[in-house]
Amino acid sequence: MSSARGTTRQYWVALRAMIVLTAALGIIYPLVITAAGLLAPSQANGSLVTVNGQTVGSSLIGQSFTDKNGNALPQWFQSRPSAAGTGYDGGASSGSNQGTESETLIKAIKDRKAAIAKSDGVNPASIPPDALTASASGLDPQISPTYAREQIARVAAARNLSVSTVTTLVNSFVQAPNLGYLGEPTVNVLELNIALSKLAG
Amino acid sequence: MSTTWSFILQLATLILVLGLIYRPLGDYMALVYTSKKDIRVERRFYRLIGVNSGSEQTWPVYLRSVLAFSAIGVGLVYLVQRIQEILPYSLGLPPVEQGLAWNTAISFVTNTNWQSYSPELTMGYTVQLIGLAVQNFVSAAVGIAIAIALIRGLAARKSTTIGNFWVDLTRGIVRILLPLSVVAAIILIIGGVIQNFSGFQHITTITGAAQTIPGGPVASQEAIKMLGTNGGGFFNANSAHPFENPSGWTNLFEIVLMLAIPFSLARTFGRMVKDHRQGYALVSVMGIIWIVSAALLTFLEASGSGTASQLAGGAMEGKETRFGIAGSTLFATSSTLTSTGAVNSMHDSFTSLGGGLAMVNMMLGEVAPGGVGSGLYGILIMAIVAVFVAGLMVGRTPEYLGKKIGAREVKLASIYILITPTLVLVGTALSFAIPAVQASVTGTSMANTGLHGYSEVLYAFTSAANNNGSAFAGLTASTPWFDTALGVAMLLGRFLPIVFVLALAGSFAAQDTIPTTAGTLPTHRPQFIGLLIGTVIIVSALTYLPVLALGPLAEGLK
Repeated sequence: MSSARGTTRQYWVALRAMIVLTAALGIIYPLVITAAGLLAPSQANGSLVTVNGQTVGSSLIGQSFTDKNGNALPQWFQSRPSAAGTGYDGGASSGSNQGTESETLIKAIKDRKAAIAKSDGVNPASIPPDALTASASGLDPQISPTYAREQIARVAAARNLSVSTVTTLVNSFVQAPNLGYLGEPTVNVLELNIALSKLAG
Repeated sequence: MSTTWSFILQLATLILVLGLIYRPLGDYMALVYTSKKDIRVERRFYRLIGVNSGSEQTWPVYLRSVLAFSAIGVGLVYLVQRIQEILPYSLGLPPVEQGLAWNTAISFVTNTNWQSYSPELTMGYTVQLIGLAVQNFVSAAVGIAIAIALIRGLAARKSTTIGNFWVDLTRGIVRILLPLSVVAAIILIIGGVIQNFSGFQHITTITGAAQTIPGGPVASQEAIKMLGTNGGGFFNANSAHPFENPSGWTNLFEIVLMLAIPFSLARTFGRMVKDHRQGYALVSVMGIIWIVSAALLTFLEASGSGTASQLAGGAMEGKETRFGIAGSTLFATSSTLTSTGAVNSMHDSFTSLGGGLAMVNMMLGEVAPGGVGSGLYGILIMAIVAVFVAGLMVGRTPEYLGKKIGAREVKLASIYILITPTLVLVGTALSFAIPAVQASVTGTSMANTGLHGYSEVLYAFTSAANNNGSAFAGLTASTPWFDTALGVAMLLGRFLPIVFVLALAGSFAAQDTIPTTAGTLPTHRPQFIGLLIGTVIIVSALTYLPVLALGPLAEGLK
């Protein structure tokens, strides 16, 4: 019996156990799950979105709709601010981790508020919180319906579309939370923008 | 829908689902650990590793087996990180630096999953799979085994042994954690969690910009990460990352995963000591604290106090749109009241009092419902203290479940309670007291300045010593000081309590059971539930109030 044989023997048992468990749980188990993933290949591979056969992103990973200098492009609906790398870097997910009394964060929110009020021509008080704050992942693919609607006039003007056309499109992209209460209503920015580009084209 | 209603309905759903799981899962786990029969795959495994499953261990031998197994685990996880570049699917990443590799090895073996690194930039797939994910399973199984050993001690009469560690470890993995993880992983994939070996894909967006889409075997790891109350994210953003937690329903599902085993172990306990009312008493204590804490955090975050939150019109910094306030606070409460430490929102950016409450949750000793196994043995220790306090008040020899709580038992329970606060307070104090360390802490590590920066350090030691793993993640912890000090805190915070729990198990097992009399304090009535809640709160309040006053309280009440 193992209890009578001292500590060295316990280590020998432990080593053998760890090797077998590593093979079973570290190799076989994930491979089995990967095989099971073939039942839902789209999800397992990252819910990728294609336009004309080209992969243009993932419906779960948010994107920037900015020019090379990081300025918002007015003809696209804008995502939330992002702290992932230089913004929506899928290789470096992160929040800002700034506390609510942080001077850095307070200044960032003031700047964002002023910038959006100017570009969208709206009352600063009407800008919703998700437009002014960075998400936890830095890859939030969604914005609130309020923020999407707040951007309608700017997008419509930049694309020479009527406000009612863009409003109808936005409304069709508002997703209710699962079961009506698991989370919040959202608008997926990439999916909305792809539909928008087809509308204009 | 308002945040209040969203919270109430999500909470009600959780209570319903966990309530439905409680009896079948708890009874099943009791059966797993009391059955005399080995199944075929287990028999093969015992032959391979050279264990006689019929033999029983005394508590010192049980303890030595736990320590040997964990030491080998630390060595192996350290090794695979250090040789990362020669492993397949390393994504071109170099070996993990020594201090960080040591810290990470301890972190995953102790069920903490504190991460001083950004996984996307540090760990390739092979290290995640054969190093980290394996420990997600085995460290959880170790935790449950310790709890079961203590229950056996309470249920036994004049026994010298408390079970066989290797059998408990094996059965926990083969019969509980692995089958549940397979089911959970498949459900998560359907929900959008990825499971592939694609590496980073570089794509061109519709605006012509370049973007990186990460890949990885995430679902297989996410399932056991939550189910085993581990909490180590495949990605830096943890369960806030859309590939780890894509939607409102996967969020609720992940909360269920982290609470299922810890709550249901109260049933297992009731069944094994042959008195279900004892299990209901413990689960009531756990449940009441959990519900009150979740409601309080939701209230604090929904109120959105603090300068930045007021300016933005809501506390949405560090929160995901799809979860909203209620989905974030329910997750945060469940994660910090268990030993999970996964995050779907950034606690560093919570309101000052909300972030403080996340700390308080851990400071309560993670007993509501606590980590897998560690939550149950934690609450049993508190129950012993509560019985002792009650005994002092009425002047009778305290007893719990027919076992005398004598001087030895009270000493063991008291030392258990002192370990984590000592690690938290000494660690935090040294961070600011040693000049060279202080320079590194304030200069390099703290992302926020002043009170909030101090809170980041306090949070780190609270999280490490309680084996939680969540963080005020602005803190840069990959410095020699934090890698070392937090590593020591995690190691002692896990294994010293285990020493005392197993010693108690041995002590109870050796006793005969004394019959209940009219003078015995009943430990299943509302009176005892209240007493136990009081004990949990008073013990931690007395210990931590001063350090909380210096950080989150000062910041939030300013």
